[in-house]
Amino acid sequence: MNAILRKQQLSEEVFLMAVRAPLIAEERRPGQFVILQLDDDFGERIPLTIADADPAEGSITLVFQAVGKTTHRLAELAVGDRIANLVGPLGRPTHIENFGTVVCVGGGIGVAPLHPIAQGMKQAGNRVIIIMGARTKNLIVLEDRMRAIADELIVCTDDGSAGRKGLVTEPLKEICARTPPPGLAVAIGPPIMMKFCAEATRPFGIPTVVSLNTIMIDGTGMCGGCRVTVGGETKFTCVDGPEFDGHAVDFDNLMKRLKAYKQREDEAHERCHLEMAAKTNERRTPNAER
Amino acid sequence: MSHASRESLSASARSHLDALLARAEPLKPKDRLAIPAQDMPAQHPHERRRNVSEVALGYTPEQARLEALRCLQCKNAPCVKGCPVGIDISGFVQAIADNDFARAIDIIKRNSLLPAVCGRVCPQETQCQEPCTVGKSLKDVNRAVSIGRLERFVADWERESGRAQVPPVKPETGKRVAVIGSGPASLVVAADVRREGHSVTIFEAFHKPGGVMIYGIPEFRLPKKIVQTEIDTLRAMGCELRTNFVIGRTRKLTDLMTKDGYDALFVGTGAGLPKFMEIEGENLIGVFSANEYLTRANLMRAYEVGRADTPIMASRKVVVLGGGNVAMDSARMALRLGAEQVHIVYRRTEVEMPARVEEVHHAQEEGVVFHLLQNAKRILGDDYGRVSGIECLRYELGEPDASGRRRPVEIKGSEFVMDCDTVIVAIGNESNPLIKQTTPQLNTNKWGHIVVDEKGKTSIEGVYAGGDIVLGAATVILAMGQGRTAAKSINEYLAAKT
Repeated sequence: MNAILRKQQLSEEVFLMAVRAPLIAEERRPGQFVILQLDDDFGERIPLTIADADPAEGSITLVFQAVGKTTHRLAELAVGDRIANLVGPLGRPTHIENFGTVVCVGGGIGVAPLHPIAQGMKQAGNRVIIIMGARTKNLIVLEDRMRAIADELIVCTDDGSAGRKGLVTEPLKEICARTPPPGLAVAIGPPIMMKFCAEATRPFGIPTVVSLNTIMIDGTGMCGGCRVTVGGETKFTCVDGPEFDGHAVDFDNLMKRLKAYKQREDEAHERCHLEMAAKTNERRTPNAER
Repeated sequence: MSHASRESLSASARSHLDALLARAEPLKPKDRLAIPAQDMPAQHPHERRRNVSEVALGYTPEQARLEALRCLQCKNAPCVKGCPVGIDISGFVQAIADNDFARAIDIIKRNSLLPAVCGRVCPQETQCQEPCTVGKSLKDVNRAVSIGRLERFVADWERESGRAQVPPVKPETGKRVAVIGSGPASLVVAADVRREGHSVTIFEAFHKPGGVMIYGIPEFRLPKKIVQTEIDTLRAMGCELRTNFVIGRTRKLTDLMTKDGYDALFVGTGAGLPKFMEIEGENLIGVFSANEYLTRANLMRAYEVGRADTPIMASRKVVVLGGGNVAMDSARMALRLGAEQVHIVYRRTEVEMPARVEEVHHAQEEGVVFHLLQNAKRILGDDYGRVSGIECLRYELGEPDASGRRRPVEIKGSEFVMDCDTVIVAIGNESNPLIKQTTPQLNTNKWGHIVVDEKGKTSIEGVYAGGDIVLGAATVILAMGQGRTAAKSINEYLAAKT
């Protein structure tokens, strides 16, 4: 169980892994996620969205960005290695139906969780417009997979190195202004991007779904570490979400809560870098002696 | 508990014991009542408040025998009626007095599977020790025979001497039972059903089994190796354990029967959904449910800073809201994680606190400050969204409410602010709604507890339930008692099923 079947580096920091998990592959629906842990005793539990699944092969696809200690460690694993603990599928599946036209907006690594949703929306008969945004050209991931789904695909980069120069909110507004307007917008990416996407669609009155990436521990509703304020009420992202009405989410609170452990995370990341550098040096030493 | 050394307590017990054993005539009740109640050796508060090792160190054999001699061997044994699983208390206590510890543990194990756990965490002062004749005669429940400590002693003695044997299992019946959850109720069911020769698979959502005994109750109260020993025994009996398996998500409950071919199910998923106060500021950084705080600390071992990948807040001044065992555990864990000050805010008085007297006492010894007849009104934050303080109200006790406890009534205009950087909410848990949501045909009541009959049977044929998912947040021993009942029903059901 949990053996890595394939591994692909999508960009400098982003990796794709197909992992053997037959039960999760069978039960998962778009919008759901897994929690993984690399070590029973001292590893932390981190949530990752299921980007794709192949029930026939018994595998799920995870796409992640190496941003801290655990994701760096995960990126170091090779084909054939096992992930100690993998639990899922978790969270409520995306509500999929024929909305007419659905505009899907993915920011950076947010394209990975967006992929199965766009796929599901397409299968339900929607016309699917996909907007993909990234800081720069080589941070764009899964473009081919998304192009295969999209009726219309728009790429944006902050620096103009690929597609349109500028933020995803610009094409989003243009699409919202079309007649007929899209029946639904789905935005997944950094919280600041989701916040501004929700602000972009609000004046047009287009229902907007966002998928929240809060801090999680158990992912099964027993701790509330992932709680968010939605429409003035407290919700647990892991069981009530991860998808919520973007027009009702308190993004400012969400963004603050995400920074709660910033210092500890930076320290762990720094130590991890030093350890990895030390290992690289060890590997180099015998060669140097020869 | 005593802070005298284990050696001195043992030496004192030795000399008392020798004197009693040297007597020619048998002990009369008067002689037994004159034996000093044995104190449990414990780590000194100044030392223990900064480590996670077990606080109570356990009786020495001499202390255990002397304490056992205090038992009057009452014919009507009122203590047994106070024990939810009906252990033959006078029998095992007599065996300890006779220096036959093996017989003592055998007697306990007829009724209880987790004596090392229950001896530590049961609220004996409201269960077996409450009706004890010795306590009544001495007019002090705290001077009743220390049944819990004796139970713990023989359980530890058995484990540490490596005598524990794997219970025998009857020939395989070919029937398969799925046990959902791996807390106390489930462990009892797994063992009782397996003994009858049925195949048993335990499904656990977390990466480690044990339920609240692993993620909730801290190491300083219940060492994790004790829970691990129980799990190892179940495995040795042939029970299969599947961790990282969330029933309702990884597999729907009823699919276990229709798709996977299990003949019967037991649901022991507990009450793991934290309640919040629903007051302003509850989503500020630095506000935790006790479940989150304790899960990070215990299960994820966040107290091993630098080693564990899971971080926990480095707090200076912590306020814990609530008065139960979970509140005490959170407060004492916060101290051990380095907080300078830990305060408990509780809206009633110490008498109404649901926490064990011993735990309240331990918390006080370790320096936790208690604020009684106070309650949080709102939590205050700074510009970064972090907790900066808590606004409280003072209360006074009014008329008794439905629970029979005098209802706290707020004193208008009594608001005051306490500065703090961390708030831990420990006001109780509700049942996890996941199985209910994904299994609509399962009957639950208005609190979301699964409805069962007196035999532990639910509204679905072949599905049984017990523990906190039925009772609401209760105790380890009550969960075990329910597990025992359900296991008996399951065994009967399977015997009748062809």
